[in-house]
Amino acid sequence: METFWFVILIGTIIIYAILDGYDFGAGIIHLFFAKKEEDKTAIHKAIGPFWDANEVWLIAFGGLMFFAFPVLYASIFSGFYLPLMMILWMLIFRALGLEFRGVVHNKLWHAIWDKAFGIASLLLALFFGAALGNVVRGVNLGGVELAFSKYESHYFFTPLWNEYFSPLAVHEGILDWFTVLIGILAVITLTIHGANWIIFKTNSSLNDKLNKLVPKLTVVMGLLTIITIYLWVSYLEGSFENLANYPLLFIFPLITITGFNILLFVNKINKDWIGFLGSSLFIFGGLSTTACVMFPVFLPSSNSINPDLTIYNTGINEYGYAVGFKWWIIAIILVVLYFIIQHKVFKGKLDMADYGHH
Amino acid sequence: MEEALFYDRMQFAFTITFHYLFPQLTMGLSLMIVYFKWKYIRTLKEKYNFAAKFWMKIFALNFAMGVVTGIPMEFQFGTNWAKFSELTGGIIGQTLAMEGMFSFFLESSFLGLFLFGEKLLGQKLHFLTGFLVFLGSWASGYLIIATHSWMQNPVGYEILENGRYVLTNFSELFSNPWLMPAFLHNQMASLVTSSFVMAGIGAFYLLNNKFSAYGRLFVKTGVIFGLISSVIVAVPTGDMMAKNVVKYQPVTFAAMEGIFKTEQGVGIALIGQPNIKEQKLDNKIEVPNMLSFLTYQKWDAEIKGLNEFDKSLHPTNIAGLYYSYHIMAGLGTLFIGLLMIAAFFLWRKKLFDTKWILWSLMAFIPFPYIANTAGWYTAELGRQPWLVYNLMRTSEGISPTVSSGNTLFTLLGFVGLYLLLGMLFLILVGKIIYKGPETIKK
Repeated sequence: METFWFVILIGTIIIYAILDGYDFGAGIIHLFFAKKEEDKTAIHKAIGPFWDANEVWLIAFGGLMFFAFPVLYASIFSGFYLPLMMILWMLIFRALGLEFRGVVHNKLWHAIWDKAFGIASLLLALFFGAALGNVVRGVNLGGVELAFSKYESHYFFTPLWNEYFSPLAVHEGILDWFTVLIGILAVITLTIHGANWIIFKTNSSLNDKLNKLVPKLTVVMGLLTIITIYLWVSYLEGSFENLANYPLLFIFPLITITGFNILLFVNKINKDWIGFLGSSLFIFGGLSTTACVMFPVFLPSSNSINPDLTIYNTGINEYGYAVGFKWWIIAIILVVLYFIIQHKVFKGKLDMADYGHH
Repeated sequence: MEEALFYDRMQFAFTITFHYLFPQLTMGLSLMIVYFKWKYIRTLKEKYNFAAKFWMKIFALNFAMGVVTGIPMEFQFGTNWAKFSELTGGIIGQTLAMEGMFSFFLESSFLGLFLFGEKLLGQKLHFLTGFLVFLGSWASGYLIIATHSWMQNPVGYEILENGRYVLTNFSELFSNPWLMPAFLHNQMASLVTSSFVMAGIGAFYLLNNKFSAYGRLFVKTGVIFGLISSVIVAVPTGDMMAKNVVKYQPVTFAAMEGIFKTEQGVGIALIGQPNIKEQKLDNKIEVPNMLSFLTYQKWDAEIKGLNEFDKSLHPTNIAGLYYSYHIMAGLGTLFIGLLMIAAFFLWRKKLFDTKWILWSLMAFIPFPYIANTAGWYTAELGRQPWLVYNLMRTSEGISPTVSSGNTLFTLLGFVGLYLLLGMLFLILVGKIIYKGPETIKK
């Protein structure tokens, strides 16, 4: 049952990354590439009806982690206190940028909220990437100092950075060269993803420019991915034991590579949805491969005194899982249904929709 | 540790107080918008559709505020109350995860369709999406109050050796005797808020001689919805809640009513200031024997005072609790009084020309917000010193690794950010009201 909820939890965050990921990417494109008013409006229309429902996947992820692995929820949320609070504030600014912009028709007013939306999206992509880096790298569980645990073995507290900016130092920081690298990788990946969504959902004058941008950024993304994996394996004890033991799991890296190739050759296939498919596959493959490699660990311990947080030492009782399973099945069927209805109504290009005009 | 506890509590209290200003309007308003939409489909009178569209704009703004201030609530369980989450997540995690899965997806998916899909969907389906948004927002209220009820009156659990709580009976979470009265009381109170906002804005239009046709519709709808809901808030739901407090939290009841010593035939205090040092109410004005009667239907029944309970079990802020409760109950009584007068004038067809009632309705807009907030303070201060009643103290629930300096930093951040949010909200909602319903015509 723990394994089942591990899969559900990872599935929920991957769906969140794919869905809200294109919102972040659209925000980054909006910040750096959209100069003309029509292009900005087109981007707003492309994500307007969806971003709110996309963000619910993050809330669902938090709720499901709270319910299925309360010890992990308590540990991670208090241990990463400051970055999580900053993510919250950025989510607030992102929402304000999207929702408050259209209420007043004034250039300065639009400029303020455009910047809020763009910068918040960029920083969110960076922070979520760095968060993934922290989870992969591990933390000083129990707050061990000189072989003595300051806290109970499942608690920790990580400051924003350490003086060496290095993941190998005795006290980890949230931001070090490894986690920031993954943050940058996330920014690039989501920029590609957002560009693909804009191409998919609009006829804006940006599309030609974005079509050329995607393969170039894809090369950068590929290089960064390889560097990240290399650093992880050689410095941070990353191991591919799970993949070696269960060769069937190689399907996930294969999906990543498929997505990568679609992105490289996206201009050869003249379909507006193909790029979005490619970046979705890449994100899905990348995150699911990471989860497979880490299983059953959620959060590695960087000291040798306290054990990793795994699906086995952070969960709840069998009865709780069993009733949760019953309502979850009903809920997910409904969620899929809403999703289909929503995307049927707002299908195709959204340039003509009247979103954003109050 | 004392200091950290203080800032953790301040931050949660501040963020939840600010947050709940928005859902209390959206929950009530969603029902009233569905009503306008339904009237439109039945009568095909355009004014109902314009009324629905006008309130949808205010609804959308409030909803967005509710969402952005709501996510910090879910995060804070983990960030600031980690020990509480670790120990009870197996139980309240169920209801909170259900809220995300059942109501947030429903609300957010269909709100987009409701706001932007009228042309694409046609009137009947558009009405349906509005109804689903209403359903989602009330389901959210239900699941939050199910969580709250478990903290007030824990049921269906078992405590393991390591101190963690596990769920042993799922259905008991929902048959908790605390839940239904609290849910209905809260939903009716949110309807009181939306009714007063609607009637108040209608009165503003009438007094301004602008959009008078809508002014009359809003005042009439607000007064009728408001009268029905404000009566139900008091009887039966408020009465049922008070009886639950007497039964499950007698010490809280004594503090709420300002009863320091056990007596027979106790009067109900209308006015008075708790004097904790001398264990009495100063400047007391009371209705003799009324509290005994209301509680036990006997004029000379005995009511237990705070002296019956050990000091360590007393609510930590007796005066705050007493005032919260009295402000809520006092305002609730005033609402019923004003709305009865307004309804009487409406029935005599004089309401729209009676200036002093219109002025009163407009001036009353802030008070249901205060009453709702005071009501929640009564519930939350009343549960102190417990986080889970009689089982876990509030001081035992905070995050063991987050220092008070970090919490103060984020508390200050929230105060600044919410101040900005509140100002922007008022400007924007003022703009929508000032523009009025008719300009929505396209």
